[in-house]
Amino acid sequence: MKKIIALVLAVLMLVPALALGENVIKIGVFEPSTGDNGAGGKQEILGIQYANSLKPTVTINGEEYKVELAIEDNQSVNDKAVTAAASLVNSGVSVVLGSYGSGVCMAAGDTFVDAEIPAIGVSCTNPNVTALCDYYWRICFLDPFQGSVMANFAWDQGCKNAYVLNMQGEDYGSGLANYFVKAFRDLGGNANDPETFPEGNSDFSAYINNAVNSGCDVIFAPCSTTYAALIIDQAASQGVSFPIMAGDTWENSAILNAAKGKDIKVYCSTFFDENDDAAAAAEFVKGFKEWLNADSGNLNNNGGNDIVAAVSALGFDAYNVALTAIEAANSTEGKVIAEALPAVEYEGVTGKIAFDDIGDAKKDMAYIKYANPETGVFDFVKTQKVGE
Amino acid sequence: MFDTLLPYLLAGISVGGQYALIAVGYTLVYGILRLINFAHGDIFTAAGFFMVYLSATMPPYLAIPAVILLTVALGFTVERLAYRPLRTAPRMSIMISAIGVSYLLQNLMWYLTGGLARQYPVLPWLGDTIQIGSASTKVVTLVTPVLTILLVVALVTLIKKTKIGMAMRAVSVDFETAQLMGIKINNVISFTFIIGSAMAAIGSMLYFTNYTAVTPTIGAMPGLKAFVAAVFGGIGSIPGAMIGALIIGIAENLIKAAGLTMFSDAFTFALLIVVLLVRPTGLFGEKTTEKV
Repeated sequence: MKKIIALVLAVLMLVPALALGENVIKIGVFEPSTGDNGAGGKQEILGIQYANSLKPTVTINGEEYKVELAIEDNQSVNDKAVTAAASLVNSGVSVVLGSYGSGVCMAAGDTFVDAEIPAIGVSCTNPNVTALCDYYWRICFLDPFQGSVMANFAWDQGCKNAYVLNMQGEDYGSGLANYFVKAFRDLGGNANDPETFPEGNSDFSAYINNAVNSGCDVIFAPCSTTYAALIIDQAASQGVSFPIMAGDTWENSAILNAAKGKDIKVYCSTFFDENDDAAAAAEFVKGFKEWLNADSGNLNNNGGNDIVAAVSALGFDAYNVALTAIEAANSTEGKVIAEALPAVEYEGVTGKIAFDDIGDAKKDMAYIKYANPETGVFDFVKTQKVGE
Repeated sequence: MFDTLLPYLLAGISVGGQYALIAVGYTLVYGILRLINFAHGDIFTAAGFFMVYLSATMPPYLAIPAVILLTVALGFTVERLAYRPLRTAPRMSIMISAIGVSYLLQNLMWYLTGGLARQYPVLPWLGDTIQIGSASTKVVTLVTPVLTILLVVALVTLIKKTKIGMAMRAVSVDFETAQLMGIKINNVISFTFIIGSAMAAIGSMLYFTNYTAVTPTIGAMPGLKAFVAAVFGGIGSIPGAMIGALIIGIAENLIKAAGLTMFSDAFTFALLIVVLLVRPTGLFGEKTTEKV
């Protein structure tokens, strides 16, 4: 009996292999859909899925290949990220997209190097993601840039004293916090050495008291949205009247929900603006909204509304950059695609993408947004370059 | 000086009161079963999720009792399924079962809620902002210590004055003799879990009104700190658990006020080690001679 069952199971396992009559190329999606960064990761996946729905095939050597997305959840945690990366490698992907969050990318970098599979970072902004890994490219701006953008913005708003807070041992937040402090001091402002809170912390009242007592006129707190919601809520209940600022992670519905109806000013920098009137961007926003609204599951993953997040736009661009690279390489082999990637140029919805020697996209502009507590949406404030 | 310290003290007393309500659950169960109920922090988290989902469909005056009832049902079920079958097993087995339940609940919540942080609903009145001196805070900050003290007094009265309280004391002194005297120990133990879970449910409402994000693992840290508070106060002693929790809550916030934000958690656990080394029975624990 056991032998028969074993035989049946073995035959069943062969079925999908037999079904692969057509040519298939797999693209790995390395993103968090649970954990601290789950909300943002889901929005990034949506952008990739939408891009896939528009361009489901790619031509290699004159033959048409179907593009299949292999999605793995890295759970926003560095040690789980390595496992997720390994299972992507095992499932035979040719190129990997992701992730949201820099720590997981750095943790998984070696796995992709060993397997000779190129990875395209979507919204991971820590410089070390690409600097320390030869198989990582990225299509967004970097934290030194983002840190000084926010420092410049705060300075332009008339802020002179900053209180900086981030999560202890988190690569993204501590990197960005330090770049902000450096840039803000260079401008002539005062900023503390960043204070840190431990992972899993939910009592931020003491930190906010520290901020108020330090006499600051702006809080800069780059961290995941889970903590951000708590910080905003507690700052509001303690009557904080000065602005709270952070980086790209805060452009998320969780922040809008936390700020809604409260007397609080929240700003963040981000990669893309929904109301960008460039033709490509406008077309993307229109199509993406229609695609979201057509499926309640997608809408739910986007946070329950059809606001287009910058990370979705980046996910969309990342997928198309990957397809361009595959076509340029004319191969499904990771190593060949990696050789083709540095020369890829692509006109994306988040701007023109071309890589420098390290593998970073050359970008020089960030969008500043304000979480409007009355309307519950992000208002576009301005585009900011460094040293304006 | 006082003006700068006031907000820290307020936050400390409030979070201390919330730890106290969780610590009561640990200490009651330990007093009766000699079991450290590791799943208690997760029952606290589950109460948070119950409120998130229930308040979406019903008004708060219905949701609050419903959350308490559901949490009690959960605590009761856990005891029934995971601890009662092990009543005669060695104490280590039931401890391991408790750890298993803790992970089961965490992963179940992870699976059912999608693993994302949920915004806790704003409870009427408790969530309002008020001004005390120079500090501004939520009403819940002031309500917590008062409510905690009231509940602890009620609980101590229950244990000292009522028949079921007497039964609980009897079971805690000697399991088998109590049984021989005609006490239905299963009922007494179920009752203990019911009280502990109800306290955790109330604690969770106060806690999440202040700290408004619920994630599947959020109960771990308050749970651990409440456990330290229970040990510090003398495990088995209810007033001890409350005082231990208040001291920990205030100390944590004062350490953050001193600018040592990184060390506030370390302090709590260093305290556990010191207490275990210097005074293992805690502040109010009874010295017992080990029975053979």
